[in-house]
Parts: sequence; C-alpha cells; structure tokens
Amino acid sequence: MAAKTLYDKLWESHVVHTEVDGAVLLYIDRQLLHEVTSPQAFSGLRAAGRKAWRIDANIATADHNVPTTDRAAGIVDPTSRLQVDTLDQNCAEFGIEEFGMLDPRQGIVHVIAPEQGLTLPGMTVVCGDSHTATHGALGALAFGIGTTEVEHVLATQCLWARKSKSMRVWVDGELGRGVTAKDMVLAIIGKMGTAGGTGYAIEFAGPAVQALSVEGRMTLCNMAIEAGARSGMVGVDAITIDYLRGRPYAPVGRIWDQAVAAWSELHSDADASFDAEIRLHAADIAPQVTWGTSPEMVAEIGATIPDPDRESDMVRRKGWTDALAYMDLQANTPLSAITLDKVFIGSCTNARIEDLRAAAAVARGHQKAASVKVAMVVPGSGLVKAQAEAEGLDKIFKEAGFEWREPGCSMCLAMNADRLEPGERCASTSNRNFEGRQGAGGRTHLVSPAMAAAAAIAGHFVDVRDWSAP
Amino acid sequence: MEAFTVLEAIVAPLDRPNVDTDAIIPKQFLKTIERQGLGKHLFDAWRYLEQDGKQVDNPEFILNQPIYADARILLARENFGCGSSREHAPWALADYGFRAIIAPSFADIFANNCVQNGILLIRLSADEVDHLFHEVAANPGYRLRIDLPAQEVQTMGDSRYCFPMDAGHKHKLLNGLDDIQLTLKHEGAIRAYEAARRQSEPWLFRDGI
Ligand code: SF4
Repeated sequence: MAAKTLYDKLWESHVVHTEVDGAVLLYIDRQLLHEVTSPQAFSGLRAAGRKAWRIDANIATADHNVPTTDRAAGIVDPTSRLQVDTLDQNCAEFGIEEFGMLDPRQGIVHVIAPEQGLTLPGMTVVCGDSHTATHGALGALAFGIGTTEVEHVLATQCLWARKSKSMRVWVDGELGRGVTAKDMVLAIIGKMGTAGGTGYAIEFAGPAVQALSVEGRMTLCNMAIEAGARSGMVGVDAITIDYLRGRPYAPVGRIWDQAVAAWSELHSDADASFDAEIRLHAADIAPQVTWGTSPEMVAEIGATIPDPDRESDMVRRKGWTDALAYMDLQANTPLSAITLDKVFIGSCTNARIEDLRAAAAVARGHQKAASVKVAMVVPGSGLVKAQAEAEGLDKIFKEAGFEWREPGCSMCLAMNADRLEPGERCASTSNRNFEGRQGAGGRTHLVSPAMAAAAAIAGHFVDVRDWSAP
Repeated sequence: MEAFTVLEAIVAPLDRPNVDTDAIIPKQFLKTIERQGLGKHLFDAWRYLEQDGKQVDNPEFILNQPIYADARILLARENFGCGSSREHAPWALADYGFRAIIAPSFADIFANNCVQNGILLIRLSADEVDHLFHEVAANPGYRLRIDLPAQEVQTMGDSRYCFPMDAGHKHKLLNGLDDIQLTLKHEGAIRAYEAARRQSEPWLFRDGI
C-alpha cells in the first residue's frame, strides 16, 4: 500500500462522492458557528424552507461582537447586538446548541471547541472563519469557509472541494528559552511569504513541533492561513491523546479506547511524500516582531527595519514602502526602538492558559510603562479566564497595571468597543497586522505573549530572552 | 445566481499586491445580517476621506475617477483577497458591480466565495497582468471582452489571453446554479456514508460518545 500523508488519510476518509471532473463531495463532521458569518446562511435556509441536516454536528457561540467589560449590561452598539441576538434566535429556531454570551463556556470558537473536546482527531471541521485551521493541531482537517458554504453544510453536512497539494514544514532541533510557537510560525511565514502556502494543506512536523503542547500546536496551525494555506495540521501523538482525555464532549470508556486506537493512525507514514517541503532549525529562531502590514513583514527582535531601496523586486519594494508609510516607521530603525501606545494579549492565536501564564511570568512584579495607555489581557474563553483566576494570574496582571477582561475576539479585529485610535501603535498577540485591522488608522505589531508583556512594561520592544526576574 | 457567459466592460486597475479582505470590506460593515447593500462600502478605507466630520470621496483613489464609474472588471495584483474568510468581500464586489477580476493569483477561500456569488476570477501570468496594467494606463476607458465558454480574455486590439478554469466552477458560473440543489441529488450517498461512520467511528456523533 502506498505511503500516505496525514492529509491523504483525513481527506480519503471523508469522500462521499467523486464527480468525473474530480470534484469531491466531502463529509463534514463538525461545524462551528458564530454571529458574523452565519446570519445570511440561516436566512438562506429559511428562505428555501430547509432544515439543518444534522443538528448535533453544529455548535455555536458569539465571540466577535461581545463586550469584554460588564457583560451583564448587554451590548450597547445596536448593530452588534442585532447580530448576537440573531444568532441566539437562529440557534433556537434550528435546534442548534449554543454557548450564549453569559455561559461560562463561551469564548472564541477556536479556543472553545478544542477545550470542550468538540474538535477530535480525524474530524473534518469547518467554520465561517479563516482561522479554523487552528483545529488541525489535533490531527483534524479544518478549514475556513464562506457564508454560502456555511449554509451548504447546514443543509447537506457536506461541501464540494478539491484536494489541495501537500506541504510539510519540518522544524528540527529545539526552540531556545523564551522562544515560542508564535515565533516559530512568524519565522515560517517570514520564510514562505503570505502566499507561499496558497493551494497547499500544510503539515507541521519535526522534533520542535512534536515538542510543543497542543496549545502551542494550535498557535502554529492558527496562522497557517497567514501563509496562504487553508489548513494546517499536526499528527496525533501521546500529547494529543493526553490533551483530549476527560474533555466534556470527548468519548469515554470503551468508545474512548476504540477512538484512541483509531487516532493513533493519524500521522503521515514514514515514507510519505509531499508536493513541497520547507525546513527550519528551531535553534535559529529568535523572538519575532512584525514591522509592516502583512505577517510576512517580520524580523527578529535584534534586527532593524529593512530598507525598501535595497529590495530589487519592484512589487515588493512598493509593498514595503507603502507599509512603512502606513506604519510611520523609518527603514533601518532597530525594532527595539519602536515605542507602543497599547498592548493586546488575546485572540485565537494566543489566549489560552499557557499564553496567559507566559505573559504573567514576564509581568510579575513589574509595572506597565506610563507611556503605554492600555495593556489589555483578554482570555480566549470563560474557562481559560476561570483557570487563570484560580492560578492568580489575574492578580499578577492587575498589579502590573494591565486590564483583565471578559473573553472574546476583542481587539484582534475590533468589532466590539476595544480598538486602536487612528495612529496608535500596538503590540498584539493576534494574527493579522493588516491596515486598520485593530481600528481605522491603527498600527499593529505581531508578537508572542511574553514579548507583548515585556513591551508593555518597557514601553518599547525588548528581547524577552534578556528579561530577568526582579 | 446570475449566469456568466460573455462580458465586455471597462477595466479598473488596482495596483497593489496582497489586497486583503479587510481592505475590500472593513469589519465595521460585517455587522449586517443581509447580503445586499455592501457595494457602497467596498474599499471603504481607501475610497473615502473624512472632511469636517463628513465622508467625502478620496479623489486619489482609482475607483473614484469618473472614467471607471462603469467598470465591471477589476485588474489586480498577486494574492488578491487574502486574509479573512468573510463572504462580505465578494458580496461587496458584486454589489458594486464587478463581475470579473483579473490577477496573477487569488487567495483560496476568497476564490471559493467568488464562485458562490457569480464572480469570475481570471488567473493570468504576472507578465500578462503587468502588460494589462500598462495598457489600461495608456488607454483611457480601456475595455476587455471576457468569453467564459472559450476561457479567453480578448483585447479590443484582438490579442487573446487564455485562462485556466476549474470545470465544475465553470459549469456553475455558466448556468448560475445553486450548490445545495446539486448536492441533495446525492442524498442517498450522504446517508449511506453517515450510517457507515456511525458504526466505525461512533464518537463522531454526539449520541455515540
Ligand atoms: S480572535 Fe481574531 S482571528 Fe480569531 S476568530 Fe476572533 S477575530 Fe478571528
């Protein structure tokens, strides 16, 4: 039998039907719904008089628009409120389980589904959200879709798709102290470019990936889309199984044993071949900071901002020049000289418990710089928040002058009240530094949680590897 | 969905790489629960300026030039439509009036969403796209004819560029078909698949755990 990649295995086990032209009807095991990309899907179903095909395959929560303060008071902005209310009504009407805004299990879809065991190895997982790739960390095939496709999955439990090419990103060696999964993925994107993975399904592998916790693997897969790939994934191993044991929606007893046996096959065969392969050495990766308006515009903390005049490719040169103008930065400036107005620790990239622990370890016993107006910590879910509070992380943050908020997407994309004002500069643990992403005219630098916390305290970027406990 | 066969129209050039979906339609317009009406917010941050608290057209932005008022074809650079999966991006492009986009490459999810909304994406080589940018700049009111059945872009000067096209997508665009109807023809196969997996992997079903 020919050797298979993890992607081959996941793909082949979900083919319901193949057309003569090669288009495949792919079965979807889990659909995650949120308030922004689902209203038109439900109204489409309603208009056509259709029901949901399999309600238990769906789970919904409101995350993008929810306030991160004083939630009991409801949502002030009427358009945000309408979207969240519409989700509540649609879920009630179609019988879909929802973690409502006041449910302790509410949070960012990509944080709560793995946390609940709603994402399991071997599943196909979709959501009307490009960061659905996150769930691939558990050995699932997970990808973002548009609203018409959300409606299609609701109505048929399937999607039309074509198999992507396969790419393996292999990271050798061991990450250095203070260097995280976030730095790894930013370094990968810096190497591949934001379109380098277009048309591919990426498998992250190698000793440095295998050494990551499931949470770290989620950070990695989360940003596969920032390299252009719709899906990122990591093979199942003992770390995956340990993570899943005892999760509320994970199987138990005899079925658990049966599932574990099946999941243990979910990795690429040793001699499987890939259409493309990229290799990095973990030891070469330093903490990363983006300086431009695309995640590929990234450099290590010790570097200076590159000079567009030294770039020979004219399209890239113009891209860099536009980016520096937007970011109000000069070529050849050291990254450590960049000062910040705000700091955001949160998002589906970095708002799980380990991320908060890493940030708290840096913040402990220090004070936010007076020049930083706000340093905001937004846990990824209600359960992450509760866990952090049980560990006293909230106290560490508050004592350091950081704000401790309610869970949601928050300033990752600023659809709620949390946002940058025009011209403000932010160190952010999220995944996108596009123009205006965190608020019109706002300037975003992507970093790891530890780097963000250190920047909040220093007032400018610093190399967290030089950070010493007080 | 409106079927697509042949389109002859003015071409508007948008000369930047990596135009992301946040730029196509910024998040403040994602709060709608409708599909229609987003065209006026297309490229909002580039298209409008704040003046004395009011929103006015930015004269520098290409789509605000009167010559492109009737453009139906957008000429763009590589990796167009990267970023978020929001279908609001093709909804806004279609509502504005664009029916086809020409670029060297498009982001995957965006490309899928365009097919669902009757927007034809045409991939030409970077050199061909570059050439078209020069042509558009040199010839005010430049038009192209797009022939989907023939998979050809034809210039008024009678040059032709062939473009590749997924056969399934082409069929859907040509006929303006709704996917769900097509899929439900396979209802039996879906049910049979589901029954088999319920046996072999019961944990995938919530009543099976
Ligand atoms: S946290 Fe940011 S990237 Fe993640 S789902 Fe929310 S808005 Fe999208």
